[in-house]
Amino acid sequence: MSRVAEFLLRRKGGKGWHWTDIVTWIWLLGGLFVMFGPAVWLVGSSFKSPAALAEFPPSILPYVTQKVTVEGYDKPLDLYEATLPDGRKATLAEVRRIGIVSQMVDPQKPGEIIKVNIGQRTPVRQMSFAMQNYSEPFTHFDFVRYLWNSVFVTVTATLITLVVNSMAAFALSKYEFRGRTFAMLLILATLMVPLSVIMVPLYSIVSALGLFNNLWGVILPTVATPTGVFILRQYMLTIPDELIDAARMDKASEWQIYWRIILPLTAPALAVLAIFSVVWRWNDFLWPLIVLSRKELYTLQVGLSIYSGELNVQWHFILAMTVVTMIPVVLVFIFLQRFITTGIAGTGLK
Amino acid sequence: MGHIKLTNVTKSFGAIDVLHGINLEIKDGEFVVFVGPSGCGKSTLLRMIAGLEKPTGGELAIDGKVVNAIPAADRGLAMVFQSYALYPHMSVRQNLAFGLENTKMPKAEITQRIAEAARMLEIEAYLDRRPGQLSGGQRQRVAIGRAIVRRPVAFLLDEPLSNLDAELRGSTRAELAALHARLSATMIYVTHDQVEAMTLADRIVVLRAGRIEQIGTPLELYNSPANRFVAGFIGSPHMNFLEGTVESVQSGKAVAALAGGHRIELPVNGAKVGHGARVTIGVRPQHIAVNSDGSGIVAKIKLVEALGSETVIHADVAGQKVLVVAPGQHRLAPGTEMGLSLSAAPLHLFNDKGLRLDHTV
Repeated sequence: MSRVAEFLLRRKGGKGWHWTDIVTWIWLLGGLFVMFGPAVWLVGSSFKSPAALAEFPPSILPYVTQKVTVEGYDKPLDLYEATLPDGRKATLAEVRRIGIVSQMVDPQKPGEIIKVNIGQRTPVRQMSFAMQNYSEPFTHFDFVRYLWNSVFVTVTATLITLVVNSMAAFALSKYEFRGRTFAMLLILATLMVPLSVIMVPLYSIVSALGLFNNLWGVILPTVATPTGVFILRQYMLTIPDELIDAARMDKASEWQIYWRIILPLTAPALAVLAIFSVVWRWNDFLWPLIVLSRKELYTLQVGLSIYSGELNVQWHFILAMTVVTMIPVVLVFIFLQRFITTGIAGTGLK
Repeated sequence: MGHIKLTNVTKSFGAIDVLHGINLEIKDGEFVVFVGPSGCGKSTLLRMIAGLEKPTGGELAIDGKVVNAIPAADRGLAMVFQSYALYPHMSVRQNLAFGLENTKMPKAEITQRIAEAARMLEIEAYLDRRPGQLSGGQRQRVAIGRAIVRRPVAFLLDEPLSNLDAELRGSTRAELAALHARLSATMIYVTHDQVEAMTLADRIVVLRAGRIEQIGTPLELYNSPANRFVAGFIGSPHMNFLEGTVESVQSGKAVAALAGGHRIELPVNGAKVGHGARVTIGVRPQHIAVNSDGSGIVAKIKLVEALGSETVIHADVAGQKVLVVAPGQHRLAPGTEMGLSLSAAPLHLFNDKGLRLDHTV
């Protein structure tokens, strides 16, 4: 523990503070706040009741005003810390509020009404986790259905992506043929075409193939990624050609060379692409929204949009379900960090 | 089994001709070494025999059957690569088995062949390790093992020793020779190291710039190189070449004057040498004698390398560099002069085109 502290508090200036120490601390703390703040706020807010969400100023943790049941009143009353006109402080329950005057009562002596200016009272607050934000979507909405759709789309699309892209990369890295460089450049050029440009023609194709309102309509257009081909090709270029020659001498067919020699040796790059693909497909929103119009086919991200209706946005459900949909991606990042950093370092992509 | 014949084989990569009309016949059980400087096409030639490159022209036959159109795997050959090319994700056992599994061989026979090869090469102890966990020498054995289990009609070895350190190279060389004796299979071996070529080969094929310069047994090449290139390439340190002009030709005897004015008698052996012709006289460093009295060809000593058993002297004879390997130890100081004698030396005579003047020796 002391070593951790020593590491964290180590300064360039030795005993004193060098200006770089200060800049470093500000930079890192600022970064922590900017990057981690929204995530903390999201998780905290996902436990808030709709009323607490609407509160201003907002808080990180979910607080509610403590309530107390007082004899003679049907409903539980809000509890306040109030400063009485004579300067004493007391914990009182509010019966009603008229203008700027609050009529309060001591829970111990329910008979007597005390009038307090609303500026003189602060609510007694306690932390309370609104678990129903999580439980209700699970019971009342088709959350499990959406989850299954998302998992199916993500896993299938990732598997097909790996197979298709590695085949393309194998051909582009290990076979000499006319137009090889041109084919590679053409594939890379498609990186510059965003989804919004090809959305309409892509929709026509998917629709003509009868894949509209079908999960395959979400999966198939996404499986051939130029990024994937590029990552895998660059990696396969580093596999010595002599291995392939050796395999040819060993009477391996081209398929065996691909499946038994190249694929196992490309494992690190495949892992990187698999992680990217999982994250991409899991977070996909626009394309599934276009293709899927039947509720039972929705993926999680599309399903979440149900909670924002035309008249009423159910933020508490949206926040809670956003946390749930984040969990797999977060787990992927935690456990496969090493691959992700090599992937980002190797390709400059995130 | 293992008879390989090349007829007018050529290879071009685009507009670049790498091999120009190679004619070569390799007998069954022969150990043939392709030797030559980098880029001479020796590896390309081997890869063409293997089937990894297609010949641009000519005909390649194994055991009398033209194999130009037959894929590598079906030619019955096995290759040992310079980098060994072991599959890094497979154990040694799987590496050996891979080629056999692909031929749909029964499991029992695969096991038996692997056991046999492992015993022969003493790699039994690490059959279950990955190539990454082996030393260079062990990997090399596995690479040879992978070739042996195939029971090929011929082994093709592409600079198999170049990744080993000097000591291991020597012992592995001896093992290879023993292996060839035991298997009595055809072996084609590519190297740029003429020591390997000399020690291993039944016959050496010297290549330069895509052409065969000479084919012969190691001693044929050493004793009567067909041209200046072969003469310079075979033998270590390389042969000295002295430029001279023929001064007199008389009843089978010719005398030439060297650049420094010294006259020596030439071994014409019936070759036609014209008066006034410019010739190159080749003499191996080991054959030059140092005259203790300083008589003979005067040479200026540039550098003396005392190796203990012999002394290598770098000298200068009238502007031409001369290397002398004198047996034993000599007290010679750089900058001084010494006398050299060629009287006892076998001389090699080349014309101004670099071709040997007599082919009878």
